[in-house]
Amino acid sequence: MSTRVMPFRGSLTSREQVSVYEFSWAAIIVIPLVAVLIQIFIPVKVRFMPIIDLPFMVTIFFATARRNPISGCLTGCAIGLMQDLFAGPSHPLGMYGIALTIIGYLASSLGVKIDVDNPGSRFLITFAFFGVHQGVYYGVAHGLLRQGLQWSWSHTAISALANAVLGIFVYKFLDRFKQR
Amino acid sequence: MDTFLGRYRNLLVLAAILFAQIIGLALQVRRPSDAGETRLIRLWAVSAVTPIESAVIHSQEWVANLWTTYIYLHGVRRENRELRAEIGQMKIEEARLSEDARMARRIQSLLAFKEQYIDSTIAAQVIGTSGSEQSRVLYIDKGSNDGITVDMAVITPSGIVGKIAQVFPDSAQVLPINDQFSGVGAALKDSRLQGILKGAPNGATTLQYIMSDEKVVPGEEVVTSGGDRIFPKGLPVGRVVSSEPGKDLFLNIRVIPSARLDQLEEVLVVTKITEKMPDAKDLGPLRASDILAERLPTVPNKTEVDAAGNAKPAGGAASATTPAATGTGTTAGTAAHPATPGTGTKPNVGGTIPNRPAGTVAAPHPTQAGAAGETNGTVKPKAITPATDRPSGTAAKPLNNAAPAATTQPGESAAQDNGDSPPAKKQVKPAPDSAPNAPSAQPAPPPAGAPPQP
Repeated sequence: MSTRVMPFRGSLTSREQVSVYEFSWAAIIVIPLVAVLIQIFIPVKVRFMPIIDLPFMVTIFFATARRNPISGCLTGCAIGLMQDLFAGPSHPLGMYGIALTIIGYLASSLGVKIDVDNPGSRFLITFAFFGVHQGVYYGVAHGLLRQGLQWSWSHTAISALANAVLGIFVYKFLDRFKQR
Repeated sequence: MDTFLGRYRNLLVLAAILFAQIIGLALQVRRPSDAGETRLIRLWAVSAVTPIESAVIHSQEWVANLWTTYIYLHGVRRENRELRAEIGQMKIEEARLSEDARMARRIQSLLAFKEQYIDSTIAAQVIGTSGSEQSRVLYIDKGSNDGITVDMAVITPSGIVGKIAQVFPDSAQVLPINDQFSGVGAALKDSRLQGILKGAPNGATTLQYIMSDEKVVPGEEVVTSGGDRIFPKGLPVGRVVSSEPGKDLFLNIRVIPSARLDQLEEVLVVTKITEKMPDAKDLGPLRASDILAERLPTVPNKTEVDAAGNAKPAGGAASATTPAATGTGTTAGTAAHPATPGTGTKPNVGGTIPNRPAGTVAAPHPTQAGAAGETNGTVKPKAITPATDRPSGTAAKPLNNAAPAATTQPGESAAQDNGDSPPAKKQVKPAPDSAPNAPSAQPAPPPAGAPPQP
């Protein structure tokens, strides 16, 4: 029983207190690893898989469940760097790391203020943060590394929608690993 | 101070983590010379993950093969019939193409072209991707332990895939041609315009650096040009989808790859490319008239006059009845046979015929005889200059076995052809019909490019 409660500091929900969940070390290590593995393995068989970003969803899940910005940063950084390891040689280590660090921080900070356990809020959070994630990645690639990435609003919106819809089910599955 | 750190602790941690990663990025970008080397942390990560991926992929393949090979055989008989019919059609097509290929190899051997041949390949299974849209790299299950090295070409039977970007002990990373950091020397198959095929961030491939005043038709095939020294020349790359004027005086040519880069399962890694002269020895007797028929403009068919002054149509029959006629005095080293009618020769166009098969001294060209007949009505036996690189003492006879041919004496040296100096004339004598080692003794069909008979 490692669930604890913390005073609610926001005004977007009627609940007085929000729950802070913890996870076993095995879950903390295995879940991101499996997410990255699936992310690099599934596109071999499934063509549309690259628009799905499982490590991104796992980052949001851990960040919003723990509601601790520092652990959110560290979790996002670790998952992002792991994702960077398998990208191409033209993909320096740290591009996904930076993007997911910011996502982890923002998601955990938001998790303190609102209820992120219902599917509606999860959908909106995932949709919005996917745009932020892509924006940060684009900014790093274009601004810092001068890579010629092309930004597409429609593509980003479709990807965000797909991730948000799938995220509802992924979060529902990952809720089983929460320790209450 | 404690209050400040306590109040902004989260933001400070965030800033510290971001700062560290940005510094890390900067260090990587500042050392481009390390791009070809594999970072140790990447090596560890990929080496740890590769066995899992390989196990999953191969077990899945095993189950799929078990199902499709032994259990699910619906429609196999019908498909077998269709494939047999297709094979029949392809055999017909292959016969035509092989004749063209032989002719091309003969010409290449004459012109001393060197060709690149794919000597050995390794089949590999695609076991992973980068998992992101920004990078389109692939992982295969063969690595340095299997002889894979960086910059090897990766192909499929339908087209090229990419090149090896990084190598790990049991896996390798492939940079496909639609990655934004990829570049392949390519050429349009018909117009032979050369450019560079580059990928785009959205996965499209474009052929760049072709001037906008060139005409490129959608549907034209794109092949490798060999200029990148990675892919051998002539491998299929893709097909032009659209062509429109772009920036900087260049066309914006969009190409759809021949290989289905998003559905790759097995690929071939080209581990060895050899560069050698095309071997024309196994192509049968080399006939200079074949070469000349390809290289020279066609002479219009005219009425020939034989030695007796009788007019008759130009063709092999004319020389078939003609005793040993003339070779072109200024065309040393060229040979002719009467089976290629209607082709003209002109002085100073020949050359030595390297790697000529066992000593054939050719029969005269019919049109030469015809030309002689047109001028003076007679055909006189003259010396024939043999080709170089030919074993002595063997002789050829006319292809129709009707006209006596010339033979060289054993030990005679072949005349060197430079096109300028008149060759040394040799005395020739009629050869018996059963001349030994005369591979050109059998009638041969005219070459594929020969003009049609009237």
